[in-house]
Amino acid sequence: MRQQLEEIRKNAEAALKATNSLEELDAARVKYLGKKGELTAVLKQMGGLSAEERPIIGQVANDVREYIQNELDERISELKAAQQEAKLLTETIDVTLPGEPCEVGNRHPLSIVLDEVKEIFQGMGFDIISGPEVELDYYNFEALNIPKDHPARDTQDTFYITDNILLRTQTSPCQIRAMEERKPPLRVISPGRVYRSDAVDATHSPLFHQIEGLVVDEGITMSDLKGTLDTLAKKLYGPETKTRFRPHHFPFTEPSCEVDVSCFKCGGVGCSMCKGEGWVEILGAGMVHPKVLKNGGIDPEKYSGFAFGLGLERLVMFRFGLDDMRMLYENDVRFLEQF
Amino acid sequence: MNLSKRWLGEFVQVEDTDRNFAEALTLSGSKVESYEHEGAVLENIVVGHVEEIERHPDSDHLWVCKIDDGSGDIIQIITGAQNVSKGDYVPVARHKSVIASGDKITAGKLRGLESRGMLCSLGELGLSAHDFPYAIEDGIFILGDDCDKTIGMDIRESIGLNDTIVEFEITSNRPDCLSIIGLARETAATYNLPLNLHTPEVKPGIEDVNDYLKVDIECKDKCYRYCGAVVKNVRVAPSPRWMRERLRAEGVRPINNIVDITNYVMLEYGQPMHAFDLRYLNGNHVIVRNAKDGETITTLDGEERTLTNEMMVIADEKAPVAVAGVMGGEFSGIMDDTDTIVFESACFNGVSVRRAAKALGMRTEASARFEKQLNPDDCDVCLNRALELIQMLDAGDVVNGMVDNYATPKEPVVLPFMPEWTNKFIGIDVPADEQAEILRKIGFTVENDKITAPAFRIDIEHQADISEEIARFYGYNNIPTRELAGVAKATLTERQRFNKLLEKTSMGCGLSEIQTFSFISPKSYDKIRLPENSTLRNCVTIMNPLGEDTSVMRTTAIPSMLEVLGRNYARKNDKAALYELATVYLSNGKDELPDENQSLVLGMYGKNYTYYSLKGIVEKILSVCGIEDYNVEPKKDASAFHPGRTGEFIVDGKQIAICGEIHPAVLENYGIGARAYVAVIDVEYLFEKANLVRIYKALPKFPATTRDLAFVANIDMPVLKLEKAISDVSGKFLENIELFDIFTGAQIGENKKSVAFNLRFRSAERTLTDDEVNSAVKKAIKAAEELGAVLRG
Repeated sequence: MRQQLEEIRKNAEAALKATNSLEELDAARVKYLGKKGELTAVLKQMGGLSAEERPIIGQVANDVREYIQNELDERISELKAAQQEAKLLTETIDVTLPGEPCEVGNRHPLSIVLDEVKEIFQGMGFDIISGPEVELDYYNFEALNIPKDHPARDTQDTFYITDNILLRTQTSPCQIRAMEERKPPLRVISPGRVYRSDAVDATHSPLFHQIEGLVVDEGITMSDLKGTLDTLAKKLYGPETKTRFRPHHFPFTEPSCEVDVSCFKCGGVGCSMCKGEGWVEILGAGMVHPKVLKNGGIDPEKYSGFAFGLGLERLVMFRFGLDDMRMLYENDVRFLEQF
Repeated sequence: MNLSKRWLGEFVQVEDTDRNFAEALTLSGSKVESYEHEGAVLENIVVGHVEEIERHPDSDHLWVCKIDDGSGDIIQIITGAQNVSKGDYVPVARHKSVIASGDKITAGKLRGLESRGMLCSLGELGLSAHDFPYAIEDGIFILGDDCDKTIGMDIRESIGLNDTIVEFEITSNRPDCLSIIGLARETAATYNLPLNLHTPEVKPGIEDVNDYLKVDIECKDKCYRYCGAVVKNVRVAPSPRWMRERLRAEGVRPINNIVDITNYVMLEYGQPMHAFDLRYLNGNHVIVRNAKDGETITTLDGEERTLTNEMMVIADEKAPVAVAGVMGGEFSGIMDDTDTIVFESACFNGVSVRRAAKALGMRTEASARFEKQLNPDDCDVCLNRALELIQMLDAGDVVNGMVDNYATPKEPVVLPFMPEWTNKFIGIDVPADEQAEILRKIGFTVENDKITAPAFRIDIEHQADISEEIARFYGYNNIPTRELAGVAKATLTERQRFNKLLEKTSMGCGLSEIQTFSFISPKSYDKIRLPENSTLRNCVTIMNPLGEDTSVMRTTAIPSMLEVLGRNYARKNDKAALYELATVYLSNGKDELPDENQSLVLGMYGKNYTYYSLKGIVEKILSVCGIEDYNVEPKKDASAFHPGRTGEFIVDGKQIAICGEIHPAVLENYGIGARAYVAVIDVEYLFEKANLVRIYKALPKFPATTRDLAFVANIDMPVLKLEKAISDVSGKFLENIELFDIFTGAQIGENKKSVAFNLRFRSAERTLTDDEVNSAVKKAIKAAEELGAVLRG
């Protein structure tokens, strides 16, 4: 019997290997392990064995069954895998075909950079405020130490609505409004549209954006101004960026300065972007003029502050290598989709 | 302001490269825009000597010259000019040279003879007869005795075309720097070098000025000082080369010695001078007064000007001879037969000059300086300088003395010397004596803890001004940087967060952001067919617009959106889906500031877009804002929109949004050849009604029961109306009702449509029974029937 069992094991093993489908495999299973299968047939003869032999042969028979069952399971999974493999091959698609378009809109480049600047200043504790674009002459000029007939009015060709109402030429009026509405310590930026009577060309527009900043507190010095704007430059253009402060004149700050950053294209050695100077001007700033503090209802003996103004379009043009400002207001979708 | 480095050298000797000089001055506060070298274009042009000259054998106008150009060889050059003679010294553009036009000169043949270069005219050197009055312009420049005739010398060196010109941007607070001396003072202080100022000395002349000139100032508030002097026996002639070349470097054309002297003094000191013919001064009497209303004067430029009593004139006993500080009268110039002149050096109120120049529409070099407010203290010095130059150039006989009417002497500005204050304000630690030293270098007096500002510094009025002077010479870039101290918390306002949400949602819905001008053409209102009596036509109007297209502040942003859609359409972009968070400006009457409100404008055109594409976005935005309870009503009378394809979103009886297809007539006005859809959402109202609070609702534990109901309704029955009627009566278990099918056709009947809804019922506590659902459905069917909709079998 032992021999018989060994025979079945061998035959079964060979038969299983030869199967090529789950159907054939099932037939083999019935043939060897089924109720009417060969193994069962052998086991039925167990009754004729001696009491000593029975457990031994029984053990052998179980081993053979287990062996065949294992072989069978293994073969099933092999065949299933092969079958799935074959099915997957028939499902092959052209993965190079374009994906289905996902319609999400684009942020305007002006907003992209403005968002970034806002985040930088929020991180430094600046609130964001806004002021009217149609503004009183008082806030746009008078309160900023630019009386009527001041030559500085020449450089800002103004759109007037009436003798006393105008389109603001700068975001600086927000300084006065902020001082009137809030008390020190004061840290605000005020982004927005400003208007000057410049004809449209590649670098001029009658409407553009500025970002005004104002800090007022006890003991604010020019060192604070420098530190804040240096941080801005590094966050905008990378930690290697250097800043350069040049004396300048604004009627509402004293001392005043213009701020250059080391050219982000050439790193400061000189290129077409920085006109060979290695520096690119990005903003104007200064210590708030004592008269302006007073106009904002703040005691200049107790408090000091600094203010700055950034031109957003300039930053955007630098950021994206844009050489024509008009693109920003044409809103051609082929332009908008680039950002 | 241009600065001749050669002229600067008379006052301060600075040795540095041009680039470093530009940077140093820029960083101490005088911003250098650019610098250039005169004659920089010229290459390989030298002084040559004409050894021989003879006619070209094959030409009746060409000459063959043998030229010694210092190279060791005698070179042959052919010229067509007729003014060259043997022995002349001439500019020679050698083989491989470049002339002022940028053209390269090389050797070649002219009528068979070799020509190894070219003899140059003034023009070919970039000059004119103003620069060398003895030379002709349509011939070769024959070097005169004022040129260095060393053969082979670079021509630029020979004729003095070798200055460096530095262009400064001078800010409006520093008119003193609109002068060579002013910039020399800044240079000396920047480099810590001595400033060699010169006090003009006038040698004794003839007679007495008081016999020739009398000056009265009637408007002392506008004319602070008037100094006059007289020169007799004027000898008008060209100025010497040194004066001509300095004027040229400054961009001023040399005319003759008298005119040149006035310009020279203006450039040197910043003080405009005026010279006029004494013959035309009736009564030899200068009266500085306000013009009479309607009084006229013909100015130097030949224009007759009508004056007002706000303008100041220089008059004689009969009539005005000049508009003070702006321009002289037609007879006041220097003429060929001028014999006796008056020099004027005056100081006027800047605002008054500015107003007059503006009102007359003639800004001149003089008015541009006067209006920044000049310093009266130096009027006499400048006048003496002019007289000194007259004597130096032998341009006339100076009459002894000067008429000096200093009507309103300027009070010096005195401030306390507070070095600690400055240190604290700037964030530096500069000792008092160093601060005093800085101030002294730029003309301030520091004594007994008091600072006296020099008269030419009209901008000094506060301690902060003093601090700026210290800071800029200490060096802005040497001031330490410091992070802002203290913790400040920045938060977005609710509205700012709301706007962010709107924009994020719009982009998420596939719309790209646009930015358009806030001003539009008033014709835009016609283009969108806005009724004549619409209040939106009442807009904030710009008095001095650039053009009609940008002349009124928009009260609606629809035209801006349509313009952008139109532009994209014209550029053959096959679709556009856009939004703008636009500000509109709603007038509150002429003398009040307008309300600046925001509206969210959505716009699209393209093959796959319909009214429902855009409506879906509006619905999404309302939903994101937590607004569920709104009604949509057909809007037939919105003039910019299609009367049958426009809906109005109403919340609490007020329009929150309008959404529709643009009216074909409007599309045509904007050149849009496709159906376009625009929605306008009132952001102010949306913000008021928005509810951004979200509270978690448990997910359902029990199964839902659904029923599909199809009705046949009249074709014009708004589906929303039917839907609302059904959901109103379907009880508390109705979880959702959704339209899932709508169609028309013969099987439905004429003017009918089939509308099918899916109703989903659910209880949070248990599984609903069929009876419960059936009873709700019964009510729903009844409500539909009341609206004339019949359940389909």
